[in-house]
Order: sequence, then structure tokens, then C-alpha cells
Amino acid sequence: MHGAEILLQPGVFPRLLQGLWVTVWIAGVSVGVSIPVGLLVGWLMTLRNPVVRAIMRVYLDFIRIMPQLALLFLAYYGFARWFDWNLDATGACVLVFILWGGAELGDLVRGALQSIPKVQYESSYVLGLSPWQTFSRVILPQAIRRLLPASVNLATRIVKTTSLAVLLDVVEVIKVGQQIIDANRFQYPTGTLWIYGAIFFMYFIVCWPLSIVARRLEKRWSHD
Amino acid sequence: MTIKIGNALKTIVATGAALMMAVSVAACGPSAATPSDTASSDSGATSSSENAKARSLDDIKKSGKIKIAVFSDKAPFGYVDQDGKYQGYDIVFAERLAKDLGVEVEYTSVDPAARVDVLTSNKVDLVLANFTVTDERAEKVDFAKPYMKVALGVVSPEDAQITDVSQLDGKTLIIAKGTTAETWFEKNAPNVKLQKYDQYADAYNALLDGRGDAFSTDNTEVLAWAKANKGFKVGITHLGDDDTIAPAVQKGNKELLDFVNEEIVKLGEENFFHKDYEQTLEPVYGDEVNPDEIVVEGGKL
Repeated sequence: MHGAEILLQPGVFPRLLQGLWVTVWIAGVSVGVSIPVGLLVGWLMTLRNPVVRAIMRVYLDFIRIMPQLALLFLAYYGFARWFDWNLDATGACVLVFILWGGAELGDLVRGALQSIPKVQYESSYVLGLSPWQTFSRVILPQAIRRLLPASVNLATRIVKTTSLAVLLDVVEVIKVGQQIIDANRFQYPTGTLWIYGAIFFMYFIVCWPLSIVARRLEKRWSHD
Repeated sequence: MTIKIGNALKTIVATGAALMMAVSVAACGPSAATPSDTASSDSGATSSSENAKARSLDDIKKSGKIKIAVFSDKAPFGYVDQDGKYQGYDIVFAERLAKDLGVEVEYTSVDPAARVDVLTSNKVDLVLANFTVTDERAEKVDFAKPYMKVALGVVSPEDAQITDVSQLDGKTLIIAKGTTAETWFEKNAPNVKLQKYDQYADAYNALLDGRGDAFSTDNTEVLAWAKANKGFKVGITHLGDDDTIAPAVQKGNKELLDFVNEEIVKLGEENFFHKDYEQTLEPVYGDEVNPDEIVVEGGKL
């Protein structure tokens, strides 16, 4: 249990929390901006225009096929070299996660919109609602219910994937952990497991509420 | 911040390069290599010779900040202390350079494999991260004069100390795979039986268990280990060829390179790096080590 004392060292916990804040910040901004992007992308995907559809198809497939890590390196090192567009590491992460979150959420939005039976539109028109009223009052509320559980799941995936940011040398919670482990490697050679254990709980505390919310919503709406 | 839209071909090349980078990072994996290990290669992306334009000395002064890439988890060269401040041998030098330039330092934490890329993509102005000079790296970045050197060291139990390579004849020497120690002993001491391990941790355990008579790798590494492990001593602190460690700037950034070189010469006159050693490395290596075996003053070996 000697290794556990590393967690009680002054400065260790505050620094881990600072690192966690960087993680949460990247994830929060990414998820926040992904929502409007995803709604827009999802709407574009349902359009009948073949050009728009093709572009959306390429965008979604490109983001899905490329590993996030490759996209991160592209945004961080590639943009600087080819376009002289020098993003900082955090900015590159946020950009990539927005593109990724936007694509995945867009596909969820498309699925949700298309799952609404055609008869819903037709009935609305028969009742005299305008196309916008039909969309905002009838279709969207139903689509969002089908959308939310999967979107919350996507958000937790984004939170976890922020750990890749460490490879762009962003000092987030994992990197802070490594710094602490190294600085104490002679005093606490077995501290590694404890630090990573603490980080595990930090991720858990961030992601767990999200999955509780998702489960609650699913339960509540299943009875409607 | 102008964005020029590249053509499709460029995008394909870009994608390929990024994939290569990702693969090479994965290939680096968990390895036993220390930061100064010459055997570890830097990440790829050499397919693009274009660099993002480096900042001139004037740009740096105007911005009031010099961006320096350092290690944040490689004590005692570059690490973060419990207050969250950067510390170490490289940091002391970085602070002094900034002071003489009249600016502040903005540190970027860097991993060994990213040291070349942060320069070519202009993420930082200078790399001060225990950067061993090799021919391969010198093709991609410009190295200034050295401020440190590293050679091989041999650590052995205190009651059966090895103080000369000839004592190892017919005995078993523990080494880590892929290090300079492996190649040196294979070439220069064929009578020594080598026992090879993938990880430093395994090699140290082998030494502790007595599976070998001694262990050899970078002298800085064994010195720090011997200090923390009672009953073991570094009998040979300096063996084989010296590898030098130097600051690096983006290829062609002559202004900054000249400034750093002048600084190193000037600091040599006041024995700056010996003071740096006393402050940062001596507490780890102990006072039995002759600083001259590690420190380089004024860029002269």
C-alpha cells in the first residue's frame, strides 16, 4: 500500500484535477459545437439533392474510416506545413472532435428523421400545418426522442477519445499523471497503478452521469 | 492565418503522411529507450520537405515569448514538480536563454518522437529536450553546439564491482535491446556474454536477482538508478563514444541558431553548465560522479 501514499502528496490531486479540467473542456466544447453541426449535417443528409448527398456521404465516410489519431496529426502538423495554418494542440483537438462528432451525430439525426413514418407528415399537412410547423412541432420532437440516447453515448465516446490529445502533447489528465509518476519514480516506484487508478475514477465520474441521464430519458419516453 | 486550398493530390499525400505518422507512433510503442537513446527513431512525415515558416529573432522579441519544447516527464532533465512548475537541467538553460533574450519562456511539453515534427511545423522555436545529435536528425533540423554528452555506463553490485571492461571477460552482462550498449559490446567486447531484455524494468530486475554480473546502458540512466538502489555502484561511468546533446532549431533558422551558439560560448566562460549540473543533476547522480563526464562547456568536447 506504500504506493497509494503518492496520491496524498501535496499538489498531486489539484494537478490531476487541473488536467481533468483540460479534458472536460476539450470534450465539452467539442460536444457543444457538434450539436448544431450534427443537426445541420443530418438535415442535409435527408435532402434529395444528389450533389449535397454525395458530399455528405464522402464527409461521413472519410471521418468514419480515418482513425481519429490520423486526423489529429493531420490537423496539428499537416495544416501548419501545407497551409501555414498553425493551430495549437488544443485547437487541433477541438476541430477534429467537432468534425467527428458532427459527422456521427449527423448520421444519427438522419436516421431519426427518416424513421418518422411518412404518414406523420401527410397528416400534418392535412391538418393545415405549414412545412416548418410540421417539422418543428411534429417531426422534430419525435426525432429527438429517438436521437437522445445514442447522442449521449456519442458524448461519452468523445470524452474518452480526448485521451488521444496526449499524443499531440496536450497536457491533459493522462499527461499530468505521467508527469507525476515520473517525478516520483524513485520515492514511489509502485505509484503508477495508483495514479492511473485515480485517473480511471475521474473519467468514470465524468462519464457516469451521462449514461444515467441517457437511461432515465430512455425509460421515461418509452411509456409515451 | 491564410488558408490556401491545396489540390486533391496534396490532400492524398497529406492523408498518407498522417497515416504514416500514426503508424510510426504506434510502432514506437512501449520501449525501453531513454530520451537520449540514439536507437529510437523520430516519427516519420519526411515525405513533406515543406516547413511552416519559423519565427525570426525579431518576431520572438516582439511577441515577448520564446516557445521552447521540453520534456515534462523525464527527470532530472525536464519534468514538472509538485507545484506544476517545469524543472530540470534543460529548463535551467531555457530560462537563461530567455532571460538573455529579454523574453519569457512558453513551454510546450513534448514526447521523444515528436521532437522533430514540432520544429518542422513551427509549433515551437527551439527544442531543449535531451536531444541527442544524430546524422539522421541533422538532416531535418539544425543543431546548435552541444551542452551535454552521454556515453555508456556499467552498474554492478558493490561487493563484485566491475571497474574495467576486461573484468567482464567470460561474465554475463545485462543490456536492453536496441540500445547503443548492445552494439558497442557486440563490436568491442566479443568475450562478454550478453543477456538481453526488452524493458529497462526487466533488466534492472535481472541485475537485482543476480542473473547477470553487471548492466550497461546510458551512463546518465545507470547513475540515477544506482543512487536510488543501495548495494549497487556504477564502476564504469564513461565508456564508448560520446553522443552529444544539443539544442535544435528549425532547419534554416540561422538567426536563432547563431544566437543560441553565441549564448553557449558565452555561458561557457562563466561555467554555467557546471552550475546547472550542481543544481539539477548532482542531487540525482551523487557527488562521486565527475561532472566533466556529462557536462559540455562552451560547446567544446
